[in-house]
Amino acid sequence: MPKILDRKRLVPNIHMIEISAPDIVKNCKPGQFVILMPDKKGERIPLSIADWNKEKGSITCVFMVVGTSTHKLARFQPGDEIPVCVGPLGKPAEIDKFGTVLCAAGCYGIGAIYPIARALKEAGNKVMTLIDAKAKYLIFWEDRFKEISDQYFVSARDGFYDCKDYIPKVLKEVLKENKIDRVISIGCTYLMYTCSEATRSLNIDTYVNLNPIMVDGTGMCGVCRLKVGEKTRFACVDGPEFDGHLVDWNELFYRRKSYFDDEIQSMCYWERKKKHQK
Amino acid sequence: MTKEKLSPELKKELKKTFEEEWREALRKSIPMKERMKLSRQDMPEREPEERNKDFKEVNQGLDEEAAVKEAMRCLDCANPQCVKGCPVGIDIPSFIKLIEKKKFLESAQKIKETNSLPAVCGRVCPQETQCEELCNLKKATGSPVAIGNLERFASDYERKKEKVHVPKIPASTERKVAVIGSGPGGLTVAGELARKGHQVTVFEALHVPGGVLAYGIPEFRLPNYILDAEVNYLKKLGVEFKMNFVVGMTMTIEDLRKEGYQAFYIGTGAGLPNFMGLPGENLIGIYSANEYLTRVNLMRANQFPEYDTPVFLGEKAVVLGGGNVAMDSVRTAQRLGAKEATIVYRRSRKEMPSREEEIHHAEQEGIKFHFLTNPVRYISDENNRVKAMECIQMKLGEPDSSGRRRPIPIEGSEFIMEVDLVVVAIGNSPNPLIGKVTPGLKIGKWGNVEVDWNTMATSLEGVYAGGDLVRGGATVILAMGDARVAAREMHKYLTT
Repeated sequence: MPKILDRKRLVPNIHMIEISAPDIVKNCKPGQFVILMPDKKGERIPLSIADWNKEKGSITCVFMVVGTSTHKLARFQPGDEIPVCVGPLGKPAEIDKFGTVLCAAGCYGIGAIYPIARALKEAGNKVMTLIDAKAKYLIFWEDRFKEISDQYFVSARDGFYDCKDYIPKVLKEVLKENKIDRVISIGCTYLMYTCSEATRSLNIDTYVNLNPIMVDGTGMCGVCRLKVGEKTRFACVDGPEFDGHLVDWNELFYRRKSYFDDEIQSMCYWERKKKHQK
Repeated sequence: MTKEKLSPELKKELKKTFEEEWREALRKSIPMKERMKLSRQDMPEREPEERNKDFKEVNQGLDEEAAVKEAMRCLDCANPQCVKGCPVGIDIPSFIKLIEKKKFLESAQKIKETNSLPAVCGRVCPQETQCEELCNLKKATGSPVAIGNLERFASDYERKKEKVHVPKIPASTERKVAVIGSGPGGLTVAGELARKGHQVTVFEALHVPGGVLAYGIPEFRLPNYILDAEVNYLKKLGVEFKMNFVVGMTMTIEDLRKEGYQAFYIGTGAGLPNFMGLPGENLIGIYSANEYLTRVNLMRANQFPEYDTPVFLGEKAVVLGGGNVAMDSVRTAQRLGAKEATIVYRRSRKEMPSREEEIHHAEQEGIKFHFLTNPVRYISDENNRVKAMECIQMKLGEPDSSGRRRPIPIEGSEFIMEVDLVVVAIGNSPNPLIGKVTPGLKIGKWGNVEVDWNTMATSLEGVYAGGDLVRGGATVILAMGDARVAAREMHKYLTT
């Protein structure tokens, strides 16, 4: 079983987990994901690969603690074993020399967008990074982004940074002042939606890395299907990167919430069981 | 279903076993006329009202007495037709006559000479359209020997007595074989080639081996412990299983070649669920059969919240389609507590591709059937969940290319059916993943991997393929038949 090399909280509620995965690291590329199963009774959940270390043979994921599975992941300690870690899955993000690319991310997406931003920089692009958070204490990996970004912005609502608005407004301002050839946005569905809407009228190519529910992650079950343009696509094999202007956001919003009640029931059950075990 | 001509080797083998002294003595012990008078032994089943509430196995298997009686019915024909109907060419008369002689362990070994998964095949093969259809007793009396039930009996006996025989493996050939996908085809190739002394590794994308046998076929038809036992047998033959490994993504076939693998079998199945493209198909509560069955069979959503994966239970569950997968899905919905579990099928009962036994079991269990009905669109409630389905009535026209009469919509016959759970079980297409990531692998017009049907060789050197990946949605045993051909050719390829 794959070993957990490290797991720590980056900011409240967002953790990174480093897993020994010598097979996965050989072929993994920016924008791909892995499927993890925290224990034998757990769900199969997709997490974006946020970084990797080829020498060490490890991959790193960044996740937000939301439901039972991510709570379980957040309890892992170095040396523990995880029963399932499979990947890399999905198509890699499109990396090319586009010119100036703006990477806009929030929450777990700050981790997920990092390898894409890095690869874009390596491909010769001018990389501008825009990180969104409610407050300064929710921002991580600033040093990493500063290293690979030609310009680095933060929109946070607590007054520590210059921009105080939610990301789409800031994004629009940045787009007004700069000639941007492409926008990449990763974060919660709402963030990706608002970023896509912000660029729509400006006709700037905007790509998002979607996060629907998945089970097998190899195109077999179809739970991650969503309408992109007029076609139904599977995020696990046709994506997860899609043109944000073509995504049927409403459909993605409601499909992601399919099991809202079950998720609450699962959490309550697990917490009771955990209490019982103590 | 094509009935193959017997190969000269198999003909010779059958003749040899037919002429064995004990067989001749046994034939003479009961006159043929007496044998023909015996009636077919019924498969004991659990009561419909009891079994439709749990996931335990429906069929209970013949006991020793019934199995011996059933074996007596076999006429031990000089020219056994049944073998022609078996895609893997089991020496059927031999194993049946061994049962009659009460040599149950030898019988099980006999089957395993050509079939690595007898307990699976004894349960899920459509014998009525294969071996049993060609049985000479069927021609004479209308009721064939219950070959499938006997196959199941012999392999269950061997397992229950914990006397599973592991054949002697010849010295290692030092040749490395990669089997991609651990479904029935992959497991068959693995077993065949391991027995020849090759080093076989099976790569599986999911966390449990078995492919469709694990995620697709429900426990009430194929219990997990049966599959586990078959997989353990392969492990004893020296087969290595590498789970959570997606060939094409984790490593490509080219990467594996560099790691020393010389021959490859791709058996990744029909892993792409078909949808109908109807308005509202992405509403909450509409599943592909793959997703629905995977949630329950693989992820154990029937034990939620002890297991974390949920599944919608549905009060008015509708399954679209008429094949085995549709039957499995609708019977699963019933077991999960649906008040009404209904099959909606565009043709009539006669055209249903499902096995008769499955339809019969479903009817016994209280499944409802809406024939000559097709959905047109789905209707949403205020929370984007499916609440109803608009359907149209169909009538049957001229036969189409499959020989079944083509369903034609009757104009103006639309009606609304209330539903809160829909499972789309209208078939699968070949899994496109491996084709997309393997340069040079020739793909046909339906997304199937193209092979030479005599050898199952693909367009790539040393790479073979079979099963649903090359056929589209077919059966477990056809995948195993392809796999046996491929294994034979791969052995040749590796040793010459």
